[in-house]
Amino acid sequence: MLTRRFSLWLTDALIYGLLIVVSAFMILPFIWMVSTSLKPADEIFAIPPIILSPNSSLKAYSYLHEQYNILGIVRNTFVIAFGATILRLFFCALGGYGFAKFRFPGQGALFAFLLGTMVIPGAVTLVPVYIIMRDLKWIDTFWPLIIPGAANAFGIFFMRQYIMTVSSELIDAARIDGAGEFTIFWRIILPIIAPGLTSLGLIFFMGSWNDFLGPLIYLKSPENFTLPLIIRSLIGPVGRTVYDVQMAASVISLIPLLIIFLIFQRRIVEGITAGAIKG
Amino acid sequence: MAKTNIIKRLYFPLTTKIRQKWQEIYKVRWPYLFISPFYILFLIFGIYPILFSFYLSFTEWKGLGPIKFVGLRNFELLFRDKVFWQSMTNGVILFFMYVPIMTFLALVLAVILNSKRVRGFRFFRTLLFIPYIMNIVAAGFTFRLLLNQKYGLVNALLGIFNIPPVPWLESVWGGRISLSLLVIWAWLGYNMVIMLAGLQTIPGELTEAALIDGASSVQAFFYVTVPLMRPVILFSVVLSTMGSFNLFSEIYNLTGGGPINATITPVILIFEQAFGNFRLGYASAMSYLYFLILFVLTLLQFRYFGRQVD
Repeated sequence: MLTRRFSLWLTDALIYGLLIVVSAFMILPFIWMVSTSLKPADEIFAIPPIILSPNSSLKAYSYLHEQYNILGIVRNTFVIAFGATILRLFFCALGGYGFAKFRFPGQGALFAFLLGTMVIPGAVTLVPVYIIMRDLKWIDTFWPLIIPGAANAFGIFFMRQYIMTVSSELIDAARIDGAGEFTIFWRIILPIIAPGLTSLGLIFFMGSWNDFLGPLIYLKSPENFTLPLIIRSLIGPVGRTVYDVQMAASVISLIPLLIIFLIFQRRIVEGITAGAIKG
Repeated sequence: MAKTNIIKRLYFPLTTKIRQKWQEIYKVRWPYLFISPFYILFLIFGIYPILFSFYLSFTEWKGLGPIKFVGLRNFELLFRDKVFWQSMTNGVILFFMYVPIMTFLALVLAVILNSKRVRGFRFFRTLLFIPYIMNIVAAGFTFRLLLNQKYGLVNALLGIFNIPPVPWLESVWGGRISLSLLVIWAWLGYNMVIMLAGLQTIPGELTEAALIDGASSVQAFFYVTVPLMRPVILFSVVLSTMGSFNLFSEIYNLTGGGPINATITPVILIFEQAFGNFRLGYASAMSYLYFLILFVLTLLQFRYFGRQVD
C-alpha cells in the first residue's frame, strides 16, 4: 500500500518536474529579451548576468523611436499582414465554397491538384518569382508580400472542410428566393463561417507578421522595413551590435501578437489542429 | 427557328456539340469562377516559375543580359559541390538531432496534459505553445545572447555547477545543438497541440482498460497510445522532415550556417547563390536537385510509416 502511494507520488513529482523544466525553457528567452531591452548597455554582458537591473530604463525604446521611426515600421508590418490576411481569407473562403457546395466537371482532379501544390518547396520558385517581381517593378513595394499568397491551398482546403458542415438547404432556399450566387456567398455563407475565418485569419496574420524571408528579399529601403527585418538589420559590425535596441524591437514585435494570442488562443489552436487532424 | 436548328444539326454537328458542352460549363460557371483565383495565381507564381526555373537550371545567368545555355554543366558542378552535399547531410543530421526528441517530448507532454491528474492544464498549454507566436529573428538573436560563450546566461548557470564555458555557437556540434534547441523551442508547443487534438480522437476507455488490466502507465503509453496515434505522429514527422531541410530564418539569424558550414542547409545555400552571388542558373539547378531528393525522402517516409499504419 505504502509502495503504491509512493509510486503515485513519484509519478506526480516526475510529471510536474518535467512540466516545470520545459516551461522554464520556454519562458527563459522571453524574460531575457525583456530584461536585455531594459538594461543599460554596459550591463548586458556583466558577469554574473543581471536579470533585473536597478538602472533599467526605456532608453532603447526611445532610441528606436527617434532613430528608426519604429511606429512607421510597425505600421508597415501591420499593413502587409492585414492586407495579405484579408485578401487570402476572401479567396480561400470563395474557393472553399466552390469546392464544398458545387458539383462540376473536373472537380476531383482540380482538388487533387490543389492539394498537390502544397508539397512544392518555396525554394524552387524563389528565383523566378523574384524576376517576375523585378519586371513588374514591384521590388521594394509591399505587393510581392501580399499578391502571390492571396489564394492559399491550405486555406482553401481548410475552408472547404468548414463549409461542408454548413447546411445546403439554406443555400437552396436563398437560390429559390432569387438571390444571386455571389450574394449567397457574401450574405449567407460568410456570416456563418465567421468562426472558421477567424481561426484561419489569425494563422495567416501571425505568419505574415513574422515572415522574414519575403521582406528580406523584396524590401530594400529602411523606411519600408517590417519588424523582423529591422531586428535583423540592427546587427552592426562584430562587437558593435546594439543588443538592448535589438531586444527592444523584438519586444515591440511580440506585444501585438501576444495580446491577440491571449484573446484568441482557442481559435488559433482550433485552426492549427483542424488542418492537421482532418487532413 | 426550328428550321435553323435542324439545319444546324445536319450541317454543323461539331459546333452544336461544342456549344452544348459550353452551355453545360456555363451552367456551372459559378464554382469555376469561385475557385479560379487560386489557379490563376498558381499559373503565374507557381507553374511559370517552376518551368522557368527548370530552364534556368541549364543556363548561366546573372539576372541581367543574355541567358547563356550551358547544358548539364550546373548539375556536373553541383555533384562535385562539397558544400551542397554538406548542406543535404546537415539536413539529415539536424533531422535526427531534433525530430525524435521533439516528437517524443510533444507526445509525452500531450499525454500528460490530456490526463485529468494535472492541475493548471490551460496554464501549461499556453506556456508551452507561446513560442509559436515569436518571430524567429527575435528568437534567434535572443538565443545568441543566452548562448554567448563568455557572457551568456546559459554558461553562467552552468558555471554554478563548475561546468566550463561551452562553445555553443563557436563549435561544429555546439552550433548544431544550439540550432536544435532553437527549433525545439519554437516548434515543441505546436507539435504538442497537434498531438493533443489527436489524443482527443482516441477513446480514453482504451487506456483505462489497459491500466485496469494491470499495465503500468508507461506500458499503456507505448502499447496503446503510441500505436493509435501513428497517423498523427506520421503527420508531425513528415512536417518536421520538410522543416529540417527548409530551415532558413532559424539558421540565418542564429548561426549564419556556420561554424565552417556545420549548420548550412539547402535553402540557405540557394538563397546565397541566388541573391548573394547572382548565380541564378546554378541556384535553380540546386533547387531542383534539392526538391527531387526531398520528394523521394517524403515518399519513402510515407511508404515506411504508411505500411505500419495499416
